[in-house]
Amino acid sequence: MRDHLMIAPVVLPLLAGAVMLALGGERRRSANALINVAAVFALVLISILLVRDADASPTGIAGIYRLGDWPAPFAIVIVADRLSALMVLLTSIVGAAAVVFSLARWQRVGVLFHPLFQFLLMGVNGAFLTGDLFNLFVFFEVLLAASYGLALQGSGATRVRAGLHYIVVNLAASLLFLIGVSLIYGVAGTLNMADLAVRIPAIRAEDRPLLEAGAGILGIAFLVKGGMWPLCFWLPGTYAAAPPPAAAIFAILTKVGAYIVLRLSLLLFGASAGASAQFGAEWLLIGGMATMAFGAIGSLASQDMARLASFSVLVSSGTVLAAIGLGHGAVGPALFYLISSTLGLSAFFLLVELVERGREPGADVLAVTRELYGEEDELQESEEVGIAIPATMGLLGITFIGCALVIAGLPPLSGFIAKFALAAAALDLDPGAVPVTVWIFLAVLIVSGLAALIAMTRAGISALWASPDRTVPRIRLIEMGPVLILLILCGLQTIKAGPIMGYMQATARSLHVPNDYIHGVLGSAGERPAPRAGGT
Amino acid sequence: MEIVLALGIGVLTGSGVWLILRPRTFQVIIGLSLLSYAVNLFIVAMGRLGSGAAPVLAERAAGDPARFVDPLPQALVLTAIVISFATTALLLVVLLAARGLTGTDHVDGREPGA
Repeated sequence: MRDHLMIAPVVLPLLAGAVMLALGGERRRSANALINVAAVFALVLISILLVRDADASPTGIAGIYRLGDWPAPFAIVIVADRLSALMVLLTSIVGAAAVVFSLARWQRVGVLFHPLFQFLLMGVNGAFLTGDLFNLFVFFEVLLAASYGLALQGSGATRVRAGLHYIVVNLAASLLFLIGVSLIYGVAGTLNMADLAVRIPAIRAEDRPLLEAGAGILGIAFLVKGGMWPLCFWLPGTYAAAPPPAAAIFAILTKVGAYIVLRLSLLLFGASAGASAQFGAEWLLIGGMATMAFGAIGSLASQDMARLASFSVLVSSGTVLAAIGLGHGAVGPALFYLISSTLGLSAFFLLVELVERGREPGADVLAVTRELYGEEDELQESEEVGIAIPATMGLLGITFIGCALVIAGLPPLSGFIAKFALAAAALDLDPGAVPVTVWIFLAVLIVSGLAALIAMTRAGISALWASPDRTVPRIRLIEMGPVLILLILCGLQTIKAGPIMGYMQATARSLHVPNDYIHGVLGSAGERPAPRAGGT
Repeated sequence: MEIVLALGIGVLTGSGVWLILRPRTFQVIIGLSLLSYAVNLFIVAMGRLGSGAAPVLAERAAGDPARFVDPLPQALVLTAIVISFATTALLLVVLLAARGLTGTDHVDGREPGA
């Protein structure tokens, strides 16, 4: 039974989504909601078990699941190592928060919210767990197809327009993905990630440019998804227009791109890759820093909170990508940062909707020009459901401050520890002279934090303090609860920073020396030099 | 054979890229379709070109991998075709919705200068 645990994060959402559709889709919404909630909480439990298994195992791998029980290079494998288990856990937690939040309102806005949500979780979990490049493509398409549906929940001209751009960009990226995968297959003759890692050092010199071209094209496909500048212009519009529970889980989607870049660059182009070692690392560093700068400027320029949150997503994924580009000691802190910023951003996306609820539409834009016009309309709150909590505004303010602390990276929450560890690791990379790129990285890291702080403070003041035209929004406990839980998890990440950072460092170590991964997947076959005679 | 295939992929890719850069949604969707044909042909080409070879094993011909066509890219292409078909259908629906909601078929949802 325990052996089959690691396929559960893929199979459970698939079954749950299928059962919901079989029950009659929209006509049985409450049954669907019940199944959705049960499934996401089951996923949280399963992924906690996976993380514990991975951490307890000496190789750092909770298990390897061969679909159909075929031997490894032929069958698709599911690998739950520390990194995969961690990402699945993060997905489940954010997913659970978004589902509970959606129960209050958003599940009624669109059609088939619950089945689409489960299919999205299936795609994300599959992408994190799979050990095969083409299978990764399939899971990517599953998660993208579900995300198209979720991004369009509730329809409306803005959403459809943003959704159109999102779909076209991602379809084009999927085609690049296919070109990259087939180039790599043509050169290396395998798509199993562990098998690729074994074969890449033995690739002939004349085939190497093709392999690197394939890897580069593949990387571009992931970086479009991960939102690296200049491939990220689709992101702010889409994320700002998406319904809040969908946007909260979309915060994970950019991390799927970052996860795969991290996994593949260290597995395929790590220190043991021969002539291709460190392929693309400097581009990741430069691109990541450009993304951070772009995100910081964008968040300063954004006039409404949903756009501010979207640009913060860019800053977060830029930081992770730049840290991956730095490599070595920076990977562990980068993972710590990834967890903290994803939790914080998801909470913020949910919170934005609660804060915006009491304000008239477009109030942010009005706030900028209020001095000029100085007139407000009375806002009528009519059909909100639930009880008005007297301390609602106070609670909203405190959670807003919590999100700002995590996103900007200030103490006492986990964002500070993450950025501090990143900066310390960047300075420790080279014990001799600190290279100039590291100084630039540190400067961008600190300035982007400052920009986030300024933008969040301004948005917070105009939304919560200085807004003359607001009524106290009616907010239900099941909407506030998920936001609070996500922030409390950030707090726990601070309190338990030692053990969690230890886990991240162990993860980073096994990523840098992937022998256990390769041997685990291929068994004793991992030893062979594996030359490929045929070529293309 | 190689030159025909290479030219075909090149022409499809070129037309596709040109079309997805056009301002009308229908041109974009046709461009994406052309690009996906080009990519499918490219995947097949990566599995070694050849004609008249058995897909997996000819009778009494086992043992010489050079004699049969690599089946894996064909499986990949099949999957890619299905997925791109489904996503193109989805895009078509969104395209129609965008046309209905914004009243224009421009990709930005409004006519330039309007």
